[in-house]
Amino acid sequence: MPIYIVRRLTTMIPILLVVSVVVFLFLHMIPGDPARVVAGPEATAQDVEKTRVQLGLDRPLYEQYWRFVSHAARGDLGQSYRTGEAVLSVLADRIGPTLKLSFASMVWAIAAGMFFGVVAATRRGKWQDQFTMVAAVTGISMPSFWLGLMLMELFAVQLGWLPSGGNDSLRHYVLPAFTLGSGVAAVIARFTRSSLLETLGEDYVRTARAKGAKEWRVVWLHALRNALLPVVTMTGLQFGFLLGGSVVVEAVFSWPGMGRLLIDAVSMRDYPVIQAEMLLFAAQFLIINLLVDVLYAVLNPQIRLDSQG
Amino acid sequence: MSESPTRQSIRRFCRQTTAMAALAVIAALLILAVIGPAIAPYDPAKPDYNVILQPPSAQHWLGTDEFGRDVMSRIINGARISMSVSLSSVLAGSVIGTLVGLTAGYYGGKYDSLVMRTCDVMFAFPGILQAIAIIAIVGPGLQNVVIAVAIYTIPVFVRIVRGSTLALKNMMYVEAARAAGISDWGIIRRHVFPGVFSVALVYFTMRIGSAILIAASLSFLGMGAQPPTPEWGAMLSAGREYLTSAPHAALFPGLAILITCLAFNLFGDGLRDALDRKIID
Repeated sequence: MPIYIVRRLTTMIPILLVVSVVVFLFLHMIPGDPARVVAGPEATAQDVEKTRVQLGLDRPLYEQYWRFVSHAARGDLGQSYRTGEAVLSVLADRIGPTLKLSFASMVWAIAAGMFFGVVAATRRGKWQDQFTMVAAVTGISMPSFWLGLMLMELFAVQLGWLPSGGNDSLRHYVLPAFTLGSGVAAVIARFTRSSLLETLGEDYVRTARAKGAKEWRVVWLHALRNALLPVVTMTGLQFGFLLGGSVVVEAVFSWPGMGRLLIDAVSMRDYPVIQAEMLLFAAQFLIINLLVDVLYAVLNPQIRLDSQG
Repeated sequence: MSESPTRQSIRRFCRQTTAMAALAVIAALLILAVIGPAIAPYDPAKPDYNVILQPPSAQHWLGTDEFGRDVMSRIINGARISMSVSLSSVLAGSVIGTLVGLTAGYYGGKYDSLVMRTCDVMFAFPGILQAIAIIAIVGPGLQNVVIAVAIYTIPVFVRIVRGSTLALKNMMYVEAARAAGISDWGIIRRHVFPGVFSVALVYFTMRIGSAILIAASLSFLGMGAQPPTPEWGAMLSAGREYLTSAPHAALFPGLAILITCLAFNLFGDGLRDALDRKIID
């Protein structure tokens, strides 16, 4: 297993390096002069030139890239154009709320998605199956910002049961996590259903039934365990989309996370913050993919054996 | 005489009531996109300060917005925007993605590795993040949303088409065509492309749903359509300010997005089930 993890890590590093090049070039692809943006609209040509030298923008591109990567590796992601604060400290305040919200959404999405997926597969063709699948395709088609607004209006404004914004207590997580996770829950439900239907037709399931095992044991212990493999991979991919989706949901619920920071940074053209956030989002996504692959190997002995060979 | 596979697929598709209903909704939306501006009861951009934020009534079936504009007329006019943005972006992304996927899968080697690594990098920015990054570079606006969604669509098609191409290029009939001396381009066009077409078609319909959601999300975040354009996401964004006093201003544009997206997703599901499952899998 350690060999497998090391091997996967080594394939991740070149992708991360290329991502860093893309993110770095990103700043240079933006029309306009970053030095002018930093120096401000009132600055003279001399001031702009001074800022350019200060930011190292007068150096050759490869030198600038090296500076960017070596500084980033030491945790220096530059200063926000807008506030002058270190980008790392700005991000440090925001990453916690986003990760907590994504995690809460994922827990609900996995629990609901798998439960309804199993119900649909075991009641194939019956109303439970049809209802779940209609709900799932509706969930996939639902604009999350609209769902969030409607839930907020109903449960926060009209009924007053839940808070509409902030992140102080567990109650604050209910609406944003439900909103962010429902699309993913729908995808997991569909996937669990089709994966479970396939395994329910396997010989070992028939054997388990023939041995007189109870139906819930056959489904939850024999079939679902094997049906889980593709579900795990897909869930990992969905986590990435969840991170992306958090941008929209955070804007709806005024959640003080990375998503809202990104929207503000884009509207203010605060490029170092955008750059750092993109790098961080990509790194998170790649790490999650690695974790999913490791989990997949843990669940599937075949891969474990292959990696030892 | 046996029926052709295309006819069989059409027949299988027609038997699915949900998919047929979705197709009818899509057809209605397309008609609305074409003739909408002519049949909308009011001017979608003209304010009327006497009827600000009015609930649905006989005069204004879906109520009015914060400038007294008719919500229904704006939704009808918005159909053209949503349809053209999503269709053009997915079409551009799928054509480029299919071409790159076909050539990468067929030729293999270093070109293929380069293409696949590029896709890995693009996939590292999941979902709307990639579109936001592109908007940050090219600036806000509907045209730029089309560019952003098109670029976002490309790697999806590259990966799927490449996978099918890899499977097809070793088929006996492709080998035979090669032995017969047909050019690479001729083989790709006449023997490989028809094999990947059905997969690409299913993904094409499925991606339109996501394109509508991403375009609406970008407009909701203020990065897409700018006021007073009657784009559904932008309407929702403006309507949220009056959620308590006039919920209809946000409710109906959201419903329009949901129904459109649902129709394309159900249509895609039906198409997938109707086409040969072996090809799709």
